[in-house]
Amino acid sequence: MTRLLAAVIAAALLLTPRDSAQRGIVPARRDSTVKHAASQPAGQRPVVIASKPFAESYVLAEMFAQLLESRDVPVVRRPGLGATEVAFAALRAGSIDVYPEYTGTGLLAILGHAPVHDPDSVFSLVQREFTSRFGVRWLPPLGFENTYAIAVRRNTARDDGLHTLTDVARVAPHLTAGFTPDFIGRSDGLPGLARSYGLHFAAVRPLEQALKYRALAAGTVDIVDGYSTDGAIARYGLVVLVDDRHFFPPYQAAALVSVRLQRDNPRAIAVLTELSGRLSVGFMRSLNERVEVQHEPVASVARDALRALGLVGTAATGAAMGAVTGAATAARAGTTTEVGPNTRAMSFGAFLWSRRAALASETLRHIVLVVVALAAGILVALPLGLWLERMRGAAEPVIRAVGVLQTIPSIALLAFMIPLFGIGVWPALVALWLYSLYPIVRSTFSGVRDADPNAVLAARALGMTPAQVLWHVRTPLAAPAIMAGVRTAAVITVGTATLAAFIGAGGLGEPIVTGLALDDTRLMLSGAIPAALLALIVDGVLALVERWATPAPLSAHWHRHRSPG
Amino acid sequence: MEHLTKRYGTVQALDDVSVSVAAGRCLALVGESGSGKTTLLRCINRLADADGGRVLLDGRDVRDGDPVELRRAIGYVPQEGGLLPHWRVARNVALVPWLNADRDAGARARRALALVGLDPDAVSDRWPGELSGGQRQRVAVARALAGGQRLLLLDEPFGALDAITRHELQEMLLTLQTRGDVTIVLVTHDIGEALRLAHEVLVLRGGHAEQSASPAQLREAPATPYISELLLRSGVTG
Repeated sequence: MTRLLAAVIAAALLLTPRDSAQRGIVPARRDSTVKHAASQPAGQRPVVIASKPFAESYVLAEMFAQLLESRDVPVVRRPGLGATEVAFAALRAGSIDVYPEYTGTGLLAILGHAPVHDPDSVFSLVQREFTSRFGVRWLPPLGFENTYAIAVRRNTARDDGLHTLTDVARVAPHLTAGFTPDFIGRSDGLPGLARSYGLHFAAVRPLEQALKYRALAAGTVDIVDGYSTDGAIARYGLVVLVDDRHFFPPYQAAALVSVRLQRDNPRAIAVLTELSGRLSVGFMRSLNERVEVQHEPVASVARDALRALGLVGTAATGAAMGAVTGAATAARAGTTTEVGPNTRAMSFGAFLWSRRAALASETLRHIVLVVVALAAGILVALPLGLWLERMRGAAEPVIRAVGVLQTIPSIALLAFMIPLFGIGVWPALVALWLYSLYPIVRSTFSGVRDADPNAVLAARALGMTPAQVLWHVRTPLAAPAIMAGVRTAAVITVGTATLAAFIGAGGLGEPIVTGLALDDTRLMLSGAIPAALLALIVDGVLALVERWATPAPLSAHWHRHRSPG
Repeated sequence: MEHLTKRYGTVQALDDVSVSVAAGRCLALVGESGSGKTTLLRCINRLADADGGRVLLDGRDVRDGDPVELRRAIGYVPQEGGLLPHWRVARNVALVPWLNADRDAGARARRALALVGLDPDAVSDRWPGELSGGQRQRVAVARALAGGQRLLLLDEPFGALDAITRHELQEMLLTLQTRGDVTIVLVTHDIGEALRLAHEVLVLRGGHAEQSASPAQLREAPATPYISELLLRSGVTG
């Protein structure tokens, strides 16, 4: 028993230095940005810039960031923070200050308003409503529209004579659709579109943004949703079908800014407004194409765009500007998935080596998330499991209630955390902690309940108190079962922690999310492979802890080598 | 034990059973599964509480006090011994002295091991899993005596052992009895074992007392056909 206790205490102690190390990460990131803006008036809070997880959003957010930096406004980047719900919730909660959004999305998905087809009406409507309802402000549109584009392969369009969405309705029962979950669920997405055109597809598969173009090219699906500025449309030679009934409302891109930024930093707002009306559809598509198809780093594409627009760096100041962004990139290398130029030609090994600093910090962050969440899980679930053994009547209801948490999809649980804890490490820790409870409490309870009934009977009959029976008999006998539960929880936590990147908690999920959004397999693997290895290592370490915490005669190992004399 | 009654739901486990045993003597409770013999035994150390009747120990009702204190004064050996598999033999045997915060727990454990015919030096540091079945039951008996208990409850203690080992352990129990300072209540389904070890035998059937008698009386004058049948089948008579 003492050993099991010691194991738990050791885990708890591990938590402390790790936790402070983890706290060290966030300020370090801010420090670097603030240091870069040392000429700034002291006390200026950095502007937190987020994006949704797709290429255009990354590029726009990075342009916001570099433009502000060039005007000596300190920034913190939260690239690929999450889909509309997550990003907007984070903005309302004040966890971020600005992210690029689209007026149509604001109108239909956020306000739940009926479609309106005139771009200017939409903008004035969302501007009015967002200000009064959420205290969130739309800056003047950036200049281009990125509406939904429903696309098919060229041969499908040719064979079935498809030009418009009305044409699609005719053959839809023979087509398999691959749509983003976002699109399937939103009123301005599939439900409304299907109603408007009378579409009934043979099947609708929810697919992630980046996967769906691959699925379409591979013939797994026949029709996908995309955005009119997607670089992939050109890359795969797709045909975009005409929205002949004008179902899709205008989706003008604009910066959405928090109430706090308006109050605290009007100058940042003025700087961001410099981009208004400057970006054409063609210009934006070319930027997207460089990122999505050429796999150029977002930072350099954004820098080139700002230069082309004359918003930063003429030849004379260009060098200085380059140095500044270079410094900013270097400062961020530890925590973002930004990769340097010329990575395409590298071998995978060289690629991993090139992002070793980022990888190390992502891995460390991942370990911190797992260790802290798991340690907190053990500290709650283990005593709870022991207590439930004494309260048999409450056991099943309580364990089932904890089990229900397990059934909440990770992304949904993470999204629920945002209004409560904002974005970043805390909501991720709470979500991971909730997920770790069930396997530990279930195995602890069953382990102590099912402990050798003869030994328990004898201990009771010879005069152990119920507490002594629990502590000296049931718990040590349950040690192998408890450790099995802890190992299960650990492996689940390592896996689920990759999703923490969706709410800005970092970790090895960050390259996975970015890689998915940018259709960059190597970047994805650079997060996925270390995460898988980490799961194996954590399980292996816990196997050693299990051997140490299990009383010798109870271990399987012991029984193999000795037989009763 | 006077007029003990115990129901489990609709099952009448004990129906007005009375029996007594003098200090230093051995009482055997004999019957088939479901006869109520184990329930009766457990009413003594309050692992079960009777619905009616009472159990007197040296004239005191066992229910007039703390059950934990009561149990520490009564030795108990379940069928499989019930040794704690994660404790070495010495610690198992010293359980009750340790619970009583007895400083001489170690010495008491060694004396108890010698009493049941084991060499303390040879077995003290072994795990229960390393012992034979017979050794384990000896250790379980030693554990039930190490706290200086004067009453020993044995629930089918030798049921799972082979014939030769069972015989050895029965001899050990008879040797213990010659010391005269331990009262034993033995539960067994084997009437032969009861006749061999006990001074007094109570035959139970479906919660009823069929007969309570000395081994000689029982052998000579079985009160019911059921008891004659039991004796016949076990080869004790006929």
